[in-house]
Amino acid sequence: MSARALTRLSPFNMVSLALGFAFLYVPLVILIVFSFNASRLVTVWGGWSTRWYAELLNDAAMIEAAWMSLRVGVTSATFATVLGTMAAVALSRGGGFRGRTLFSGMLNAPLVMPEVITGLSLLLLFIAVEVGRGFWTVTAAHTTLTMCFVTVIVQSRLNDLDRSLEEAAMDLGCSPARAFFAVTLPMIMPAVAAGWMLAFTLSLDDLVIASFTTGPGASTLPIRIYSEVRLGVKPQINAICTLMVAFVALIIVIASLVSKLSSARGGSAAPL
Amino acid sequence: MGASRNFEAPARIAAIAPYLWMVLFFLVPFYFILKISLSQTAIAQPPYEPQFDLSQGLEGLKAAAAQLSVENFRLLVIDDLYVFSYLRSVVVAAVSTLILVVLGYPVAYGMSRLSRGWQALAMLAVIVPFWTSFLIRIYAWINILQRDGLLNDVLMALRIISAPLVWLSTDTAMYIGIVYSYLPFMVLPLFATLSKLDASLLEAAADLGCSRRQAFWLVTWPLSLPGVGAGALLCFIPITGEFVIPDLLAGSGQMMIGQTLWGEFFTNRDWPVASAIAVVLLIVLLLPLLVYDRLQRKQLEAR
Repeated sequence: MSARALTRLSPFNMVSLALGFAFLYVPLVILIVFSFNASRLVTVWGGWSTRWYAELLNDAAMIEAAWMSLRVGVTSATFATVLGTMAAVALSRGGGFRGRTLFSGMLNAPLVMPEVITGLSLLLLFIAVEVGRGFWTVTAAHTTLTMCFVTVIVQSRLNDLDRSLEEAAMDLGCSPARAFFAVTLPMIMPAVAAGWMLAFTLSLDDLVIASFTTGPGASTLPIRIYSEVRLGVKPQINAICTLMVAFVALIIVIASLVSKLSSARGGSAAPL
Repeated sequence: MGASRNFEAPARIAAIAPYLWMVLFFLVPFYFILKISLSQTAIAQPPYEPQFDLSQGLEGLKAAAAQLSVENFRLLVIDDLYVFSYLRSVVVAAVSTLILVVLGYPVAYGMSRLSRGWQALAMLAVIVPFWTSFLIRIYAWINILQRDGLLNDVLMALRIISAPLVWLSTDTAMYIGIVYSYLPFMVLPLFATLSKLDASLLEAAADLGCSRRQAFWLVTWPLSLPGVGAGALLCFIPITGEFVIPDLLAGSGQMMIGQTLWGEFFTNRDWPVASAIAVVLLIVLLLPLLVYDRLQRKQLEAR
């Protein structure tokens, strides 16, 4: 057997790719198609219709929840991007400093920590300091979770960067801060942008942490959807889910275009 | 040389704000979980009696330490409900992780054989569902698995079954939901490892007379084990504490520990027991968490 044959795409490879992607996408496609179903019975096809989208517009609670989610998402993603980028700079360029192990440990753990633990512990903190629960508590909780993802993305980009550019800027008389803003930041910008978008979608998706940390009357979109889903399948839910999928897909397309643009200018693509 | 030293000190200053944030919102909350897990349930708001409080100084601490309550932890050991919940969680997470390796590996392997352009597209295709809400993906499966759902329709049309089967509220549904939701977490690290493998090693294996299968088991598989490990941890740890998937797809019989915690907190309003559950879950997951932290650190700092 030749070496070429060993690295070629075999029929087995093709079948596993086809089945894998079908498994990932068929459920979403079915969900989307049935959101355009005219029939009230979700599984009986009654022709194409957009009536469930129209009904969503009259669902004041759902719209209010969507607005809350959007505000929490934008605010927490912005905080998370600033804090996460700072953490990434410290970890990638700060050398060894006291407390570094604890620092990176605290930033790694939330990536895999079960959400029930994160949510409960944050709620107990908020209760202990007697802060009113609602928009700001959910935002702080989401910032904590998502800044860890931003740190990973920006840090791996910083590690790939050529440090001699920063050093050259400083040899030419830039202060470290000036070198960072004039040289480093523009080069890591695609990763920072990708970090923001990931933080935003994670916030938009989170059910468990938001359920723990929110207060009465301040529901996010997933909390609202969850309470409806528990009661069974409804075409309106298919419609709102379709809108969310479309929204997230749009964000990803923008993100990958941004990173492609930047990689065309020399850097490697941001690890989305 | 001098320049990079120059950059280190200001870079460390950047650590201050995120450091303080993580201490306040990640580390300090564990103190409260521990504190309340050692308290007793009360009918009040908040529904627990504080049993120790650092603000009262050493004297207060001594007085409180005498009456600290390990009652909640005793309950977790005595009551079968909790023991079975933990066991079920670990078993479900382990079985799911195994299924994920078996299903995810061929997909990642196939992706690593694609040309670079197709690889980028395939990556994007794996990432899109990863960015879509867990809740939506589970809801999509409820659509398919319900009694008059698509799965039963298709199976009956193909005359494989004559009457609709019950899929929803079974362990099968839960496993489908978990594997579906976590597949990207398995495929991405596996793909990252497999696509970096040196093709010349396979050429060497071929030159030495390996068949395709032998080359895979002797070269590719051992070299991809770090990716398998990373993917397995990335799935195993969060699945153990999973709440949404078993809640919406599994039956109401046995519960996973995430559901038990949720129920104690939101339904029974027993905050001390919920906290004790969280503390024990954290202890159960401590070893995998530490291994994951090491892997992650190696990956980000080895360059």
